[in-house]
Amino acid sequence: MSQTIAKSNAVSTPKRIALQGKYETIMMLSNGEQLVLAVVLPIIALFGLTFTDLLEGVAPRSIDAAVPGVLALCVISTAFTGQGIGTGFDRRYGVLRMFSTTPLGKTGLIFGKVIAVLTVLAIQVVLITLVALLLGWEPNLFGILPAILFLLLGAAAFTALGLLIAGTVRPEATLAITNLAWILLAGVGGVLFPLSMAPHWIQPTLDALPSAALGDAMRSALIEGRFSIASVIFLVLWAAAGSFAAIKLFKWN
Amino acid sequence: MVSSVTPSLIINELSKDLGPVPALNNRMLRVLDSVSLKAFPGQVTTLLGSNGAGKSTTLACAQGLMRPVGGTVQLLGQDPYGDNPALRSRVGVMLQDGGLPPSMRPVPLLRHVAAMYKNPIDIDALIVRLDLESFGSRTIRRLSGGQKQRVALALALAGDPEVLFLDEPSAGLDPQSRQVVFDLISEQRDAGKAIVLTTHLMDDAQRLSDYVYIIDKGRTVAQGTVAELTTLAAAEHETRPVGFGAAPGLTLPQPPAGLHLSETTPGEYHLTGVSTAEHLHWLTSWWAREGILPKHMNLQARSLEDVFLEFAQKEEPA
Repeated sequence: MSQTIAKSNAVSTPKRIALQGKYETIMMLSNGEQLVLAVVLPIIALFGLTFTDLLEGVAPRSIDAAVPGVLALCVISTAFTGQGIGTGFDRRYGVLRMFSTTPLGKTGLIFGKVIAVLTVLAIQVVLITLVALLLGWEPNLFGILPAILFLLLGAAAFTALGLLIAGTVRPEATLAITNLAWILLAGVGGVLFPLSMAPHWIQPTLDALPSAALGDAMRSALIEGRFSIASVIFLVLWAAAGSFAAIKLFKWN
Repeated sequence: MVSSVTPSLIINELSKDLGPVPALNNRMLRVLDSVSLKAFPGQVTTLLGSNGAGKSTTLACAQGLMRPVGGTVQLLGQDPYGDNPALRSRVGVMLQDGGLPPSMRPVPLLRHVAAMYKNPIDIDALIVRLDLESFGSRTIRRLSGGQKQRVALALALAGDPEVLFLDEPSAGLDPQSRQVVFDLISEQRDAGKAIVLTTHLMDDAQRLSDYVYIIDKGRTVAQGTVAELTTLAAAEHETRPVGFGAAPGLTLPQPPAGLHLSETTPGEYHLTGVSTAEHLHWLTSWWAREGILPKHMNLQARSLEDVFLEFAQKEEPA
């Protein structure tokens, strides 16, 4: 009997996850709308904020004030909006069901998506960094490692939230919610603009958003070289709560 | 070590509720009620039933995609619920809706899924066999229903599985693809695979099955080999219609009690209620008396469809 249980025709778990990660990455990169969201809009935001005085007072130079928020926006584009819409439609078409009948299973599916999010995010960060350096960006070098940590924590929190929405409502609703959230969070959720620029009465509410924790942490790291413990705690809590809710509520079909 | 009599799949007293259903005052709807079945290696086990009878739900529970409210499932001696890559690697599934990602092309998708297995089936041969290259440049979104079916079947076969679940494998297929699919299923059976398929088409069930379970309203109403089912209780109450063709407008004699003779269309006659050789004798005696030599005649055998209708009708509330 134990021999029967050990018998398997599946390749190893890391290999299956790597295969699925590659597949999901190609799916994400071959989708035109996702590319607009992941690359084109953040670059437009970068130029917009660099060549205007919208971020006056945040940093001595506007490019230094703009880049951290644009990198935070990349996280929301890919981990939340792009990944959420993709997963929502995969669920609609029974793709999640189909893959869960293969050796990949649900675990492999989720890790495959995480790899795709991280790969696309890495591509975005490299692209934005290159463009920003050409525009004269001078990041605070002490803030680079903290910024990478914040990007990863932000990706975890927003991936969990994206999966939560994709797994509980219709894909059309996921599309609407995650796109609207992207615009709102970018504009007034503390991503591109520091919360200190928002009216005082609404700041405590917005402060609780993962977008604000991410955006403000990126700015304090890459402008002042500071490491915001409070933001780490916030992002970890959001990631944990989002994952817990997604695991409990996600409907596979 | 593997005994040929060890079932690959044992479903015992499976029950499943769906809902709550608004039309039933938000009560749960029982879609499966104590369904039991076994599937053996080297056999095609068919779940035959009309749409909504519970066939796909039975398969979903057997595959571990859905948890039943009661009963047990043993797939290759294991519990199918939860992530179990080792078990999944030995089981191939063709879902009714396919579950194919619309923006992918068929062949890369097949190669991706096949790469999950240590010893996949010969993918190149399968691509040729199912003629996937003929529409290989199109994304799945642009394929016809039958083409999608062929891709879904290829995915199910990718890992050269010991157990193959096929939900309505012939749906939407043109006659040639249907023959290819049927040949593939028969080969898999001959190679010792356990095949569990569903269909609502009597013809498919009759052609492919080694053993049939007739499912109606979530219950198993009859089971047996095709031969067993079609001869089942035949001696008791079965009647066979006789059809024949002759000159139109014959004057029909009065048949013995229980029989009914009629001209259905000009020149085509139908005698129903035939259950003994005496009845045939009565018919041929009339022909002999009147000098009628029919152009053709046939005594219809009981088909799986008759059995199905008979059992489905039994289930109707009185």
